[in-house]
Amino acid sequence: MNIFTLNIVLAVAWAALTGNVTLSGLAVGFALGSAALYVTRPLFPGSDRYFKRVWLWSKLIVLFLYELVVSSVQVIWDVLTPQHKARPGIIAMPLDAKGEMEILLVTNLISLTPGTLSLDVTDDCNTLYIHAMFADDPDAIRAQLKGGMERWVIEAME
Amino acid sequence: MAEIVMAALVLLGGFFCFVAGLGVLRLPDVLIRMHASTKAGTLGSGLILAAVAVYFADTATITRAVATILFLLITAPVAAHMIGRAAFRSGVELWKTKIEDDAERKLNR
Repeated sequence: MNIFTLNIVLAVAWAALTGNVTLSGLAVGFALGSAALYVTRPLFPGSDRYFKRVWLWSKLIVLFLYELVVSSVQVIWDVLTPQHKARPGIIAMPLDAKGEMEILLVTNLISLTPGTLSLDVTDDCNTLYIHAMFADDPDAIRAQLKGGMERWVIEAME
Repeated sequence: MAEIVMAALVLLGGFFCFVAGLGVLRLPDVLIRMHASTKAGTLGSGLILAAVAVYFADTATITRAVATILFLLITAPVAAHMIGRAAFRSGVELWKTKIEDDAERKLNR
């Protein structure tokens, strides 16, 4: 988190020195600051990890937005076509995510991705029950969520 | 240019919200309805807020739009989860649903 603080200090310094203390000034300062930190990586221990995290978080956000669009289109298709093609099912999924924040993030993202909705977590927090709209192949859904959302969240959080 | 982008965002967002509402009305059971209201509803509101940010393009509006989108992304799935969980536990009838393993026992249905 040290590098992040440094990056913010650089952003504030940029905004102050250019006399442009606005959101866009701070954003430009932040971008320039991270570029400077990236160039001088060898000087700051731990900055490799910082940039890796930034990359993993950006990946999580972009993939998540993509999944949100796909899932909305899928839901819209099912709403607007005359027959209901849904074959719903309730599926158990063992959780590898540890800690409340990770589980919250995983369950929230699962609710917003195609065809799945988090239904409940067991009291011991190691199984998540999801409601799937197309539950013909529960193992495929489990594998897809574990290899996708859950893995991305764990990578970004740890 | 900004106006065209804004108009497209508002129309798309309105469409997603409309279909989300229609989905709540016509999908067969409570859990499937939650799919419509969380996914399409969140995306629709997000697009409309993005349109507001593009149109006004000042700091106060943009920060508020971004914060509102973030809070929507955090709260919409939680609300859907609570409604779905309450429905499942209180034994609402589910439409042609395959319930796996011992979900009913573990979740105190």
